Order: sequence, then structure tokens, then C-alpha cells
Amino acid sequence: MSASVTITERGSGTQRKGRRSGGGKPEGAQADSQKSHSTATGALNWLVVPALVLFLVFAIVPLVGVLVLSFTDWDGIGAINFNGVENWLRYFSDPSMYKALGLTFLIMVLTWVIQTPISLLLGTFTAGSQKYRALLAVLYFLPLLLSSAAIAIAYKALLDPNFGLAAGLHMPILAQDWLGQPQLALGVVIFVVSWQFIPFHTLIYQGGVRQIPKSLYEAASIDGAGRVKQFFYITVPQLKYTIITSSTLMVVGAVTYFDMIFVLTGGGPGNATRNLALDMYLTGFKANQMGQASVTAVILVVLGLGIALWLQRLGGKDKNGSQLEGM
Amino acid sequence: MEHKTTSRRSFLTLAGLAPLAVWGLSACGTSGPGGDSGAAGSASMWSLTGPPGETIRKNSIDTFNKANADTQVKLTLFQNDAFKTKIKTAIGAGEAPTMIYGWGGGGLKSYAQANQVLDLTSWLEENPKVKDKLFPSAFGAATIDGKIYALPNETVAPIILFFNKALFEKAGAQPPKTWDELMALSKTFNDLGIAPISLAGQSRWTSMMWLELMFDRVGGPEVFNDIFAGKANAWSNPAAIEALTKIQELVSANGFIKGFNSITADSNADQALLYTGKAAMMLHGAWTYGGMKADGGDFVPGGNLGWVDFPTVTGGKGDAKNGVGNPGQYMSISSKATAEEVDTAKKYFAEGLLSPAEVTAWIESGAVPIVVGIEDQLAATEDKDFLTYVYNSAKDAPNFQQSWDQALSPTAAEALLNNIDQLFTKSITPEKFASNMDATIGK
Repeated sequence: MSASVTITERGSGTQRKGRRSGGGKPEGAQADSQKSHSTATGALNWLVVPALVLFLVFAIVPLVGVLVLSFTDWDGIGAINFNGVENWLRYFSDPSMYKALGLTFLIMVLTWVIQTPISLLLGTFTAGSQKYRALLAVLYFLPLLLSSAAIAIAYKALLDPNFGLAAGLHMPILAQDWLGQPQLALGVVIFVVSWQFIPFHTLIYQGGVRQIPKSLYEAASIDGAGRVKQFFYITVPQLKYTIITSSTLMVVGAVTYFDMIFVLTGGGPGNATRNLALDMYLTGFKANQMGQASVTAVILVVLGLGIALWLQRLGGKDKNGSQLEGM
Repeated sequence: MEHKTTSRRSFLTLAGLAPLAVWGLSACGTSGPGGDSGAAGSASMWSLTGPPGETIRKNSIDTFNKANADTQVKLTLFQNDAFKTKIKTAIGAGEAPTMIYGWGGGGLKSYAQANQVLDLTSWLEENPKVKDKLFPSAFGAATIDGKIYALPNETVAPIILFFNKALFEKAGAQPPKTWDELMALSKTFNDLGIAPISLAGQSRWTSMMWLELMFDRVGGPEVFNDIFAGKANAWSNPAAIEALTKIQELVSANGFIKGFNSITADSNADQALLYTGKAAMMLHGAWTYGGMKADGGDFVPGGNLGWVDFPTVTGGKGDAKNGVGNPGQYMSISSKATAEEVDTAKKYFAEGLLSPAEVTAWIESGAVPIVVGIEDQLAATEDKDFLTYVYNSAKDAPNFQQSWDQALSPTAAEALLNNIDQLFTKSITPEKFASNMDATIGK
């Protein structure tokens, strides 16, 4: 962050402080900034057209389509017949739906609990300027270069009880029924998801940590704070918005998690790893019940949007707020 | 204020532009392989990539196209799983190719019921030569309500009980003729520290093959025929419950290799277990012969691979010669095709599919085409023992049941695979399995 930005932030910071005590929204500040750009916005509005059209065609139109289809018994091939709320009633009376929903939340929570601390620590570690850290950062980054399908196929081969890792390393302890026992299979899924995405979140945290001004740490060490205290009282609070961003990506990603699980377990054994997104695919494209699958799709959209909004709320309504107040 | 007017105006313009853009995009979409045919008489075909089918199909079409300048066939190839999704979407959107590759059974039934494929019955009656050269049993999976909607082609692949001769010699045992012998062998091999049966349980359809044969051996073909016909509670047939119970007994007796639910068929790990001597038996499709021959080193050429008919069950109704598996592959004609395209497709069906050159190519690839009277050709091959066995078991089978996941509707098939998975992990009882499946009848 450059010096000039810090100065302006300081200015708006004090202004905002005054308004917050008065209970008003920072509308004045927004209007100010719009006025100063008003000549440019007219032309800029047009630049939004391609993106808006793409968004309309590939996001809004299908979304409405799915909503309509959720009231039909379409099999993907024949005629589309409306059957009222039948799909919705069947959906909410189906115990396997609650299982899939519960599983989706379980995967979401567990992957978040595992990924966040590890990414935060790795991010803080790799943010240092030492050479060996840069080298390690590159290594940590590797899983991100692989596609989900490739990762799933590789893990499937590694976990094969007869010809996998156990045989290769001569370690019989590794010859478990990894993908055959419900709990183990779920554990494997959560492990592989974390393994795949920790590098990405590490990268986000690394960027976040590098933005924290050195002067904060200098001041803290003069005051006698050790590395652990600096981490908890400076690094973590300063990363508030980074944590929210990373968590939003993790949680919303977990809701729609599909490709890796599809290739790795196909939802099995039984229904042990069949989360909502996979359930939607299997119902729609394997069992040919597009109407029923559309119900799941609508629920996924609502769930994903709801959670994302809730997480944004956690960050406070005041998006323009600075974490560098008083600097 | 000025800012507001701009935004309203741009929104109006946007509203005007959006339909245009949608039109532009959808216009791109219509030029798929379905609508794209060069000359009036040319027809399109979608088929699968991968050896040996890909090369055989390409050569067959090249030959046909050279001989028929006016009626060209344009071939587009897809990878198997991608094809299954793609073809459904294309047919649903009315953009199917003229000739549609498939597996008959429940999938074909859904196309036929939606009037997406042509009824070929009268055409086959007018052209008995086309029909009579093929195995009669192959037409079962192409027939819906007495009408034939697809022409069987390519090869037959029955499910066969393979065994490792060297391991049986080591154990001093004979391949099983009855279910009781199979249960006894399970103990024999477990005592020797060898897995009795290799199974790629994670793939689910592999476990399904055990059900297909056990239902037949216990209750005869009628049990599944009732299910296929959609009779209420057909899965709860006492014979079905007995077959399911027997299979769970085999699971409990550690008949299947430890950790079978983590083994997948796509990596051919189940075949590797048999040829590396880790497992003594394997129930699998005839198509695995080629794979074991290629990957198993000396296993197949050295005569270590054995095969037998699936064991009978004491007191069971099923004939030991009854077979299950893939009775063939199927080619249908889209009902959306023009008259010229249909004529070209029929011409190719009559002259191209399973032409003498194609038959030879299939046999050279180590498979048995569904053509009668090829005994001599099979006997002249390197793999004559195996191919003749496959040919005879397909030709002589009193009943040849198509694989259930192809025969049933996609909805029922998906539920079936899911429940089989739970049956083999003993998460559900045979009765629960039956009631779960009864709920899918008619869907």
C-alpha cells in the first residue's frame, strides 16, 4: 500500500467515525466520489454491456429456466409437462435429501476448519522475504496447477488397497478400504479437497499479510510483543477482510463441490459422499429426472447466495472502512 | 440528475440489445453436427472413440463413402461417458445426428416413447437379409412393445466366470459347478491367504453382474422379466430375496477380496488381481479377455486363464446355459432426419454395418460379432478357444439377458446401482433392497 493511499484513508477514516456515532450511512461520501467521476460514467456504462449480456444469457436466463423446470416432470428428452409442486413436495419428504443437505454442510464446515488455520499459517509463513520461503511457497503452490479430475484419478490410484501407495511404499497400514467405508471415504474427500485448495487460500493470505504495514510490527516489538502475540494481535485482526474473502470462497465452493467427488467416489459407498451438487447431477443426467434435479439446483442457488450474503454481513456494512485507522 | 438519465437510457438500450445477443448466441448453437449436412443425401453418425471400435467404424464408413459418392456418411466420435450425456442433450434439443449409437434397453425405450427414433420393424421385414444374418437374441434389447427401434451391431459380450488355473492347481481345487462349491472354494482360498474373488466394487455395475446371474440361477429369467415388465413388487419375489441373501452370505464369508469397495474397474485393477495371482476368480465381461492378454504378460498365452459357466444353485430354476451381458450395440435412426438422410442411413445399415470386412476386423480385434455362421473364421484365430466359447454361449443361450443397467429406465438403473452398493457393504438387508427397488417400478 502506497503512502498516498494511507493518507486519504486516514482522512476518510475520521469522517466516517463522526458519522457512525450519528448513526447515518455514508451516503455523502459515495455521492462525493460519484460527482467527481460523473463525466466518465456515461461512457463507462457502455463498457458494462458485454459483461451484462453474458451474465444475462449465461446466468439469469438459465436460472429462470431451472426455476420453471423445477415445476415439470421433464426427463431431458421428451415433452415438458408441468406437474405443479409435486417435485418440491417429494423433495422435502425424501430422507435422502436431508442426508445430502447434512453432508453438504458437514463437508463445508470440516473443510473450512481444516483449510483456514493451515492456509493462514502457511500464508503468514510464505509472506516472509527469505529465499527458502519463496522456494517453499512455489512447492506449496503445485496442487493448484492440477485439475480436479486429474487429482481425483491420481488419488483413486494411490488409495487402491492392492496396487496403490500401500504396495508402493510397502506399508500395509496404508492398505485401508479408503473409498469403501463410509466414514473413511468422507474423510478422504475432505482431505483431498483441503489438499487441493489450501494452496489457493495460502496465496490469498500471503497477499493479505504482505499488505500489513511493517510499522505495526515494529511498534509491537518495541512494546515487547513476541512473534505469537504479534500474530494474534496484529496479523489476524489485520486480515479480517482477507479471512472473510477466503471463507466466502471456501464455503460457497463447498456448497457446489462436485467434480472431484464425482470422479473419486461417485457419491459412494452407498450415499456416503453424495452431496447436493452431486445429487443434482446424478438425478438429472444419470437418472434422467431433470425436473427433480432442478429443485436441487434452485436450493443450491439459494443456499450459496444466502451463505455468501451472510458472510459479507459479517464483515460489517461499511465496506469502505479502513483497518488502518489512526495510522 | 444527469447521471440518472444516462443510466435509464442505457438500460433501455440494453433491453433492446439483449434479445439480439441471445439470438446471435442461439444462432451459433444450431450449427451442430445434427443440422450440418453437406449434400442432400448425406447423413451424420455419432459413435464412440477408443480401440478397436473407432478404427473399425472409420474404415467401414470410408469404404462406404468411396462406393457411394451421393450418399455420404459423416462420422463424429465422442468419448464414452461424454457421449452418453451429449446424445441425451442433443436428442432433447431435437438436434440428434441421423444415426444414433446406443445400448438398447431402457435408454432406447425413452427415445422411442418420446418419438425421437424411427420404427425399423417394417424395413427389416422387407430386408430379411439384414435381419437374418444377426443373432436373434440381439434383437430383444432393441424391441419395445413389439417394434424394433434399432439395428443390433458390433459384438456380443457375455459375463463369464474367469479363474486363475495356477491358483486352482495350487489349491488342488476344481472350478465351481454349483453355488455350494463356490462357497466352499471361498474358504479354501481364504485359508491359503488368496482372495477367492476379485471385484471392482466401487464401479457398482461390476457387483451388479453377480445379481444378474444369481437372479437367473435361482428363479430363472422370469424374475427379471417381471421387473422389466413393470409388475408391482416384482423385486420382492421370493427368488429375488433368496438370491440377494446368498450374495450377502458370500460377502460375509469374505468371498470377495478385502477392500473391494475401493477398487475400480476403470483402472482394470480387478483384472490385475486375477492375473497377478492375488485373487482366484473374477466375474466379468468377455471384453476383459483382451485386456488381460495385453497386460497380463504370460498369463493368457501361457494358458493360465480359465473360464466356466456361472454355477447353478441347488433347487434353482435357471438353466446353466442362460447368459447375461451385452447382447450387442445398437444403431437407431433419428425421427428428425430428412427422408434423404434416412435413406442413406438405411443403406449404410444394410451395406456397412457388419459387412464381411467389418466382421473380419472385429474378430481380429478379439471380439465376437453378432453374426451367425462365423465358426470357421473364429476357429482360425489365435484365441479360438475363448472366442468359440463366447460365440457358442451367446448363440446357444436359451435366454440372454441384457445388462440390467442398460435394460432398465435410467431412473431405475441409477437407483439400482445405488442400492447394490449398499447391499454389498451390508448397509441394507435383502428385504430393504427389494422394497427400495419396488418403489422404482414404473419409473
